[in-house]
Amino acid sequence: MIKTGAHILWESLVREGVDCVFGYPGGAILPAYDVMLDFPIRHVLVRHEQGASHMADGYARAGNRVGVAVSTSGPGATNMVTGIATAMMDSSPIVCITGQVGSRLIGSDAFQETDITGITLPITKHNYLVTRAEDIAQTIREAFYLARSGRPGPVLVDITKDAQQARCEFVWPAEPKLAGYRPRREPDPDSVNQALDLLHTAKQPVILAGQGVIASGATRTVLELAERAQVPIAMTLLGLGGIPASHPLNLGLMGMHGEEWVNTAIQQADLLLAFGMRFDDRVTGNVKTYAPKAKKVHVEIDPSEINKNIRVDVALIGDLRQTLDGLLPRVEACDRREWLMHIDALKGDAAVRDIKNMPDSGHLYAAHVIHDLWRETRGGAVVVTDVGQHQIWEAQYYHHDTPRSLITSGGLGTMGFALPAAIGAKMARPDAEVWVVAGDGGFQMTMPELATAVQERLDINIAIINNGFLGMVRQWQEFFYERRYAATPLLNPDFVQIAAAYGIHAQRVEHRREVAGAVQAARAHRGPSLIDFRVEQEDTVYPMVPAGNDLADMIRRPSPIVETGADA
Amino acid sequence: MTAFVVLVEDRPGVLTRVAEVFRRRTYNIESLTVGHSDQPGVSRMTIVCDADADAARRLEAHLYKLVNVLRVDNITDRPAVHRDLALIRVAATPDTRAQVMQLVEVFRARVVDVAPATLVVEITGTEDKIDGFLETLRPHGVLEMGRTGRLSMTRGLETPAGKRNGSATAAAEQPGTADSV
Repeated sequence: MIKTGAHILWESLVREGVDCVFGYPGGAILPAYDVMLDFPIRHVLVRHEQGASHMADGYARAGNRVGVAVSTSGPGATNMVTGIATAMMDSSPIVCITGQVGSRLIGSDAFQETDITGITLPITKHNYLVTRAEDIAQTIREAFYLARSGRPGPVLVDITKDAQQARCEFVWPAEPKLAGYRPRREPDPDSVNQALDLLHTAKQPVILAGQGVIASGATRTVLELAERAQVPIAMTLLGLGGIPASHPLNLGLMGMHGEEWVNTAIQQADLLLAFGMRFDDRVTGNVKTYAPKAKKVHVEIDPSEINKNIRVDVALIGDLRQTLDGLLPRVEACDRREWLMHIDALKGDAAVRDIKNMPDSGHLYAAHVIHDLWRETRGGAVVVTDVGQHQIWEAQYYHHDTPRSLITSGGLGTMGFALPAAIGAKMARPDAEVWVVAGDGGFQMTMPELATAVQERLDINIAIINNGFLGMVRQWQEFFYERRYAATPLLNPDFVQIAAAYGIHAQRVEHRREVAGAVQAARAHRGPSLIDFRVEQEDTVYPMVPAGNDLADMIRRPSPIVETGADA
Repeated sequence: MTAFVVLVEDRPGVLTRVAEVFRRRTYNIESLTVGHSDQPGVSRMTIVCDADADAARRLEAHLYKLVNVLRVDNITDRPAVHRDLALIRVAATPDTRAQVMQLVEVFRARVVDVAPATLVVEITGTEDKIDGFLETLRPHGVLEMGRTGRLSMTRGLETPAGKRNGSATAAAEQPGTADSV
């Protein structure tokens, strides 16, 4: 059947299972937008294209489906770049479709022309420039296949305006076979044997669970292995939720803001089993002194991650769940009571130092807010965080028990991520309770997307952890720059009035006793709801491994908690 | 120094993608040759860069991640034939021509163009041999020189594809050294 390129584009997207896209129209993508009306597609109109790529990302992470963002050429396309880079760093499967000027105008500096395939080359898993209608179906098929297979990631498809307008025969291609792309790998049998030997002979093993646990759906498999072999599990930020926080073997967050006993356990370990994680510098601290006594087994789908940051002794390259499922029948029951008790003892007075166990001093701490939010939502919400102090407090105090219940920009650390990503998450899982937890700085980077949430009538809740500072930067200035607070104090608008202007239910909270009530009111409200939590201005995230320090060399939580601020 | 032989799909933009792997990690490509391979639609690159063995392993793994890259071989320590081709325009007056011709003879180079006061000489060989030839010509006056950069091929039956007459697809299915730790 003869169809236009625009028609073929939507036909292909629908066949790939797409029913929702996030986008913003413009000249070079207009032919596609015109035809969109004839297809069963829900289009979410963003207020800035960065929002579109973050929404597609949030949609993908929450819903375990490929998210789709659409924009026009030039500025529309470049605005998506931050969202694409975010998705790349966190291996999130999105497909971005950009209009491009007519093929005969390419290279002529035409109006709204930009070389978006050139720009996004290092921040996409792959990208395409399509200049003929005949190539659209095949390209979309390949784009989805690449985005979701192997180590997932963003794929950009740039389609010229004339390719959208031209007519050709529509043929739905078979499952793509790409000669140079082999997402499926089987681990080498000798390496499997070595890994099992190490697991059975180790005395002090630790599992490092990353986002790969969630991406490959390996939660049960990892738990079975950990329980049988009695191995405690430390989590990366993006791994949180992959292993229930309430599981007795789950130690919690590791790395820069991990609890001291978690990092100490890693430093004392004689075996690290790294599952779907990449030894990021926020996880390892100084690589030269990282886990010096440990043999290291790396189970990872991406061969380029092997020996990238940390030299490992055994590498099992393949899908995490498949690989571990293959191992499981040969994993023997182990008794590691001594090691587990030792880790327990490492906890020492940590609980006493924990802020949430402190009596109400009249001050509102972010930790209180997160803890009460966790309690009121019974740990069942999908929490989408921005980047900064609140992000780490969320990771420390909201205990995630299910995969895909924490969505956060880990690798790129993109401020402004939370609100749009939460809109995407809510679109993917309309029945989930979705909370944005954002700082007052990052929230303002993408605040216009409030209008998107209202226009789409999305029932999302927004908690602004408002301390009047770019808090994490201020904290670094406090620790490492002699408290010279260059450009970190923020003069904020009244977020309650801002919300009111959008027609959003809004509350302000200044005392701990008001937190639970406000959360309840927000949950009860249908439609978007915002709470402006006015928290302690100069609060600090503890513990902290200064960048590049040894993992065990931490700035500890003060004890007993003093009034924070300048004396913290 | 590290030398890779890379088989890639012959499509627009592939050279940029390959170069990007080196550029973004701040490695300098010392020499790069690209041309057709024995298989239609597949180009063959020889890339020489200033990476040590550790970095070479990472670069190889990252090259493999490119969808258009079919095969990567690190041939740095493998027995291989290396050839460079140079065209050199050298001054050759009636007085000096005989001397220049003699040098051409000794180095097994070829004169490919003769003008009243200059010669264009073609030479193939290892980079060292060409460097040597160039030095001996220099006193006569080298007016222009262009070189292809190194083209490499492993010796014996060993092909970069891992077997004789391996097709691109067969080559792609061979486990690469990216698998080894």
